[in-house]
Amino acid sequence: MTFSPLGSYLPGTGPLHRLRPGAKLLGLFAFATAAMALRSVPSTLIALALTIALGFLAGMRGRDFARVGLRFALIGAVLFAFQAWQHGWERGFAVVGTLFALILAASSLTASTSVDDLLDTIVWALGPLRRLGVRPERVALAFSLVLTSIPTVLGLARETREAARARGLERQPRAYLVPFVLRVVAHAQLTGEALQARGIDDDADAAPH
Amino acid sequence: MIELEGACVTAATAEGRTTILEPTTLRLTERRISIIGSNGSGKSTLARLLNGLIVPTSGSVSVRTDSGASARDTGARNARWLDTRTHGAQVRRLVGFAFTDPAAQLVMPTAIEDIALSLRRTHPKKQARLTAARQALAEFGLEALADRSVHTLSGGQKQLLALAAVLAARPAILVADEPTTLLDLRNSLLLRELLLRLPQQVIAVTHDLDLAAQADRTLVIDRARVVFDGPPEAAIDFYRQSVAGPRA
Repeated sequence: MTFSPLGSYLPGTGPLHRLRPGAKLLGLFAFATAAMALRSVPSTLIALALTIALGFLAGMRGRDFARVGLRFALIGAVLFAFQAWQHGWERGFAVVGTLFALILAASSLTASTSVDDLLDTIVWALGPLRRLGVRPERVALAFSLVLTSIPTVLGLARETREAARARGLERQPRAYLVPFVLRVVAHAQLTGEALQARGIDDDADAAPH
Repeated sequence: MIELEGACVTAATAEGRTTILEPTTLRLTERRISIIGSNGSGKSTLARLLNGLIVPTSGSVSVRTDSGASARDTGARNARWLDTRTHGAQVRRLVGFAFTDPAAQLVMPTAIEDIALSLRRTHPKKQARLTAARQALAEFGLEALADRSVHTLSGGQKQLLALAAVLAARPAILVADEPTTLLDLRNSLLLRELLLRLPQQVIAVTHDLDLAAQADRTLVIDRARVVFDGPPEAAIDFYRQSVAGPRA
């Protein structure tokens, strides 16, 4: 299985999946503001309970929670230790708990929203900027290209490092950095060619304004 | 139908200008055309000339608007020639292009989104677009992969998906640059059958001589020029002998 930062989208038909991405983004914003403003032990408990429920609604299960929790564990532990030492454990719990609740809420958003929907929301939100010469479709395409390129670039990095190691050159950064950069540029050129061949930039030109 | 009139491609290098394709005049009308030849002989350049990804340094390449499957849309009477230099975007809508490496071609995160990207022009409404994309996936037996990340697909699945994405835009002609090179035996057989079944005119650059043999016409390219143009059996014999014989 290849690492994908977008592996977090879980296809489904639950209530969170049916909600418009714009509404979810606004909700996330409102929730974050409220949780940060309150930041007490009871409010943190409520926020955690709420976001775990949201996570379940978005289709997240034990494994998904564990993955999110593990990624947060290191920084969470350090932050808790510092806050508890400086301001007591209640404050430490409230800060770390609220932060984790926010991460869970954001994970529910990505778990219940496909990239395509998020891109549509970007296009919609950038709509008013059209008269300033901004092309929302092109911005959205750039976003999705970045998202899809991340796993590809990581894969290229792994391959070139393996190739250098196979030749016993792992101690020389140049032996893998140079081919790595060249391959990334070559990939970018091929992608550009493919976009042109598929007439994707023409679409942006032809889009009615 | 694609026509090359003295189309020539040169490039500037440190040692001066290098000819990548000598002036070439061709009329490509057959339904299945294969292009074979050694590495670096100019095959890929010729393929990229056909849909305007590369424009000739001199001479011209043009595509008939009533080519292949799109004949019913345009009608032969008002058909005209589109020059790749002046009508690049329109030419690329008529001539789809499948690359050797599907990884560079798949630009969206999931399979269905990648197909949907090809359909933005024809289906501006999102729901209709997704329905059409699902249908396009089903035509290639890929419907189960709709929501999968394109990075988690196997090589064969990626190549099929890339082809589905190109064909979803309903081009009249398909140019394929070594479509089976990265595939295992089962997948290259599958792809070969698929290419032969397509309603489109198919022009395939290939090292897969079995695939080349199933064309109606085969071009052999060597050192930047077309050195043989004829029935596939004779072309493949010619190619084998040119490789076996002494080279200047």
